[in-house]
Amino acid sequence: MNDAGAAGWRQAVITRIEQRTARMRSYFLQAPLARHVAGQHLDVRLTAPDGYQARRSYSIASAPGVAEIELAIEWLDDGEVSGFFHDVAQPGDTIEVRGPLGGHFVWHAAQPGAVLLVAGGSGVVPLVSIARDWARAGTPDSMQLLHSARTWESLAYRHELQVVAATRPGFDYIATVTRGTAEPGAARYGRRIDGAMLEEVLARGPALPDVCYVCGANGFVDTAAQLLVAAGIAPRAIRTERYGG
Amino acid sequence: MTTRGFTGRRPGADAALRLPPGQHETDDFPVLSLGPAPVIDMANWRFTLRHGARPLASWNWEQFLALPRSTWRGDIHCVTTWSKFDTVWEGVMFDDLLAAAGIAAPTGFLLAQSHDEYDTNIPVADLTGGQAMVATHFGGAPLAPEHGGPARLLVPHLYFWKSAKWLRGLKFTERDEAGFWELRGYHMRGDPWREQRYTDDD
Repeated sequence: MNDAGAAGWRQAVITRIEQRTARMRSYFLQAPLARHVAGQHLDVRLTAPDGYQARRSYSIASAPGVAEIELAIEWLDDGEVSGFFHDVAQPGDTIEVRGPLGGHFVWHAAQPGAVLLVAGGSGVVPLVSIARDWARAGTPDSMQLLHSARTWESLAYRHELQVVAATRPGFDYIATVTRGTAEPGAARYGRRIDGAMLEEVLARGPALPDVCYVCGANGFVDTAAQLLVAAGIAPRAIRTERYGG
Repeated sequence: MTTRGFTGRRPGADAALRLPPGQHETDDFPVLSLGPAPVIDMANWRFTLRHGARPLASWNWEQFLALPRSTWRGDIHCVTTWSKFDTVWEGVMFDDLLAAAGIAAPTGFLLAQSHDEYDTNIPVADLTGGQAMVATHFGGAPLAPEHGGPARLLVPHLYFWKSAKWLRGLKFTERDEAGFWELRGYHMRGDPWREQRYTDDD
């Protein structure tokens, strides 16, 4: 657990901020942390002048080993901490972070086998870290990423993932949007993830996935995980991470 | 270290007293689990108390529902920083399970074992004296699969990963053996008031 103790809070400087979608921004951090594993998260702690503190967990989007750690934070309607990030935080600000944390929803480049990543909305963030690590590692096994979001514009990391799919054999990116219009010929589906869609996605891969990572809101993860089981994936091959509350 | 420009949204006085450090209140009921909810065949459901590999007592679903039942109302705290107030659970107290089995706890530790290969370790001293139950109902209704139904452990004074979902038994162990999340960086006990989140927290 990489020095995550009570003394494990570290100061992190926000070096730059990048708008990802209308509701999501990436915060790049310079922080003295141990190298993370793709899929892990950081705890973030904010302190008010009177000592009041708030903390939240945010998934890491960057690949392991890069100079800056990227947290992609979605703006929530009454979000205490996400509100601070979107309304107040600027490059040069210092926040406190702890981690990297999490030992189950992780992918190692040395881990053999085909992978299916299934993301609902901002649940794509830890999966982007996994996809980036896969692209860097030159792993022989295939990886598919199925991302569901409301609109074409809200598919975070779409351009980057499309480029990986176009340039790296073995990587497959499938998008589906539940509202609005898909760009012609680009988004492959215009509906919620269902059994037929998953069957088609699985049929596109060279092999059935050895491990699936599902991340998103509670209801999305429940539905997607049960659909994967129904499609013949062993429950123990499915790892889930849920956002909520 | 003060964070520039952060003022925060303080909970009301009542909530502030009820929130352990680093927690915030939610009305939602988020779900934390390592994989999909397992499909459990109730005709073959059994709940077993073990000492190591040796079974001490075992109940099928019908027998389990016939055990003395209790209700617990209070607050629960997840290590991912949400707390939920005034939850209502119904089930069988750990004390009543031991009494029904006609035993005293043979060791000071146990592992709660789940249908999905999840387990978590808890000192017996954190379960006795009306502190914990095997819950079958939440909010007056049978426990939903995503919340651990048909039966889950409820140890509300510890972080909620200790309240193992889809419970199939409790195994007494000679030593305090790390369970699933404890092997992956989480604290061996997990007292939210002492903020025992990760391995090397005090």
